[in-house]
Amino acid sequence: MKKILGITGLLVVVCIITALASESFLSGYNLENLVRRTALFGIISIGVAFVIVTGGIDLSIGSVVCLVGCGLPWMLKTYHLPLPVALAVVAAVSVGIGLLHGLIITKLRIQPFVVTLCGLMMYRGITRGFTRDQTFGFGSDYGGLRVLSTGNIPLPFIKGFAIPAPWITLLVVAVLAAIFLNRTIWGRYLFALGRNEEAARYSGINTDRMVILAYVISSTLAGLGGVLFVLDVNSAQPVDFGNVYELYAIAAAVLGGCSLRGGEGSIIGVIVGAALMQVLRNMIMLTTTRTNIEFAIIGAVILLGVIADELVKRYAVRRRAAKALAGGQG
Amino acid sequence: MSAPLLEVRNFTKSFPGVRALRGVSLTLARGEVLAVIGENGAGKSTLMKILAGVQRQDGGELLLDGERIEIRSVHDALARGIALIHQELNLADNLDVAANIFLGREPHRAGIMDARRLRREARQFLDAVGLDIDPSVLVSTLPIGKQQLVEIAKALSVDARVLIMDEPTSSLSSREAENLFAVIRDLRKRGVSIVYISHRLGEVKELADRVTVLRDGENAGELAREEIDHARMVKLMVGRDLSQFYPHQPHKPGDVALEVRALRTPANPQHEVSFSVSAGEIVGIAGLVGAGRTELVETIFGVTPALGGSIRLGGVEMVPQSPLDAIAAGLALVPEDRKQQGIVLGMSVRENVSLASLRRDQRHGFLNRPREAQLSAQMIADLRIKTPHDGQAAQFLSGGNQQKVVLGKWLALEPRVLLLDEPTRGIDVGAKQEIYRLMEELAGRGVAIIFVSSEMEEILGMSDRALVMHEGRIAGELQRAELSEESVLHLATGTHRTATLS
Repeated sequence: MKKILGITGLLVVVCIITALASESFLSGYNLENLVRRTALFGIISIGVAFVIVTGGIDLSIGSVVCLVGCGLPWMLKTYHLPLPVALAVVAAVSVGIGLLHGLIITKLRIQPFVVTLCGLMMYRGITRGFTRDQTFGFGSDYGGLRVLSTGNIPLPFIKGFAIPAPWITLLVVAVLAAIFLNRTIWGRYLFALGRNEEAARYSGINTDRMVILAYVISSTLAGLGGVLFVLDVNSAQPVDFGNVYELYAIAAAVLGGCSLRGGEGSIIGVIVGAALMQVLRNMIMLTTTRTNIEFAIIGAVILLGVIADELVKRYAVRRRAAKALAGGQG
Repeated sequence: MSAPLLEVRNFTKSFPGVRALRGVSLTLARGEVLAVIGENGAGKSTLMKILAGVQRQDGGELLLDGERIEIRSVHDALARGIALIHQELNLADNLDVAANIFLGREPHRAGIMDARRLRREARQFLDAVGLDIDPSVLVSTLPIGKQQLVEIAKALSVDARVLIMDEPTSSLSSREAENLFAVIRDLRKRGVSIVYISHRLGEVKELADRVTVLRDGENAGELAREEIDHARMVKLMVGRDLSQFYPHQPHKPGDVALEVRALRTPANPQHEVSFSVSAGEIVGIAGLVGAGRTELVETIFGVTPALGGSIRLGGVEMVPQSPLDAIAAGLALVPEDRKQQGIVLGMSVRENVSLASLRRDQRHGFLNRPREAQLSAQMIADLRIKTPHDGQAAQFLSGGNQQKVVLGKWLALEPRVLLLDEPTRGIDVGAKQEIYRLMEELAGRGVAIIFVSSEMEEILGMSDRALVMHEGRIAGELQRAELSEESVLHLATGTHRTATLS
């Protein structure tokens, strides 16, 4: 809990600054949109958090979002597949990609960075191939399904703001993920192997299977995110749909307390991290006319946040070590 | 005696959770071979690393030629003529011998290396250590003994006046060791001072002009040339007579608990290893570094699955394919490298203790938290683990307490056969004795214990029976009555080394 205090504080500060700088920040329309995007990015960020907890990385998320986000309307429009069949295909592809990554990483011992970097290139390339770079969307069809992303849940007594529907999906995913990580033996195994894979293996944990599972969770949630993203915007261009989303997801996880060295992370932190990313983007959009510097500002904020976190951590370790020495030894 | 070349005054050094040095002093004269001995964790390695500039002391001063100096880096130490030959050699084995000797100081003209001069000058230092090899062969093609001599040649090339050797014979054959001793004597004659760290008391007796003994980060005593004998050294090292230090009682072995049949390890596939251990028996596995001891226990435990043969455990014949298989059959392994394989440093004592038994205690996949808390409380009490609370991260415990946490993890599963690989490496004397007492207690309760150790005293003190390994096979088996330093070394080196040692 202590860990996410800092990032939550940062989120509040950035919100206040943005609200002071721009009147439109607090408008119902802007907030609703912001909260909706936070939920969507929260889902893919939770996915990558599982991989990061094992000490790995998944760079293919944005391309999986692209593959699924373009592939779903493409199947529906071009081949007129029944919706359940198309969704089943999308689910199978998402799970399959994670399985493939996990197997290559654990059985062939190839670094996650390389495997998922190749995934990043392949899945977008494949999508551009079968769509011939054409934009796909649902038009005015599938309204019932699109509610999942575009719908709103009105709040009693509050006018002008309603909770965007993706929060339902996010909450379900987040609660399941938090229970899995903190309450089951497999969650404990993930943390243990993230900190010391060898010791975990020597303790009788099937580490390969757990690592594969983490990559499957990551790509599955990326696929789910891809579906929700395309339902939201209703138009997916294979060239840039989901572009650099993996970086937003990884940044959110890192800001939320996941260490890239593995073995650390909390689901709430990741969601707060995802929110911070979106507020930062929103701030740049609202307060400057030069939105092309977005990456520069986001990069700088993340870097400062991570450095501050590391310094605080070092200080804490030094203090505890001094205490342990004074108390433990005679 | 004339003024010492090197004098250490009251060095102190702490690491998180450990006081490695609590005020250690020593002197070294010109052309003297000073042996520094002490058990694992006594502070020898820390002291030597400070002298060589790898680490810095927290307190105390260092005098060279009577003048106070500060050593801030390895480079500093070398510039003062102090060189450390590491236990694990520090050579770039993808480079040739000459390149290694002059690494970082290559003779060059305007940045272009002068290869011919490099070889010529290398030759002269190789001659000084009696190495008759071509300076242009790759280091990786040399046997370990020759690599070590290359490292000494490298030290001589920077004009080292003080040569620190950390366990130099731990991976040498007896012939290589003899050769090394000859080189050391020759260096002494030429006025080089040598600090010689070793566990092998026989070697120390043969080589040393003087012995300084460390215990628990303090000076335990000093022996002059004529005082050096086995019993005196051991007494200073452990702080009491050996018979009191090792709580060993002869055990009445029960039924056979583990039978290893024609096991072939991936590391030494040409040899088949067979032996058996009975319930309540403590069997030591001795041998030189690289004899295949760790590989053997890791194969039994399924870390590196066997290429052939099998093990028989509790009436079941099996070939463990993973630690999981081995654990299910009632085996447990406290591995050699505690920090790498034994403990998860960033996790709490509780989480470490429960790691192997989570599966057994699970409730449909969910953690059984009350059971977990109860287990860790029990292990902290039973093993006397010193920790403020069970949520303390393992990295803040001392080495001995970390090792007890690893032991606790396995005792929580109540194994039938306990494999221990260097169980007391890097822990202090007090914790060591507690580990020994635990081994005794477990054996008394009928657990079969197999322990690998590089410490002669430990093998002699704790084994009901010892298996001695040499180059991947079991060279012989010694009953307790037959156990002696000579008999173990004889089998471990595969020669009659004892003749030259006594």
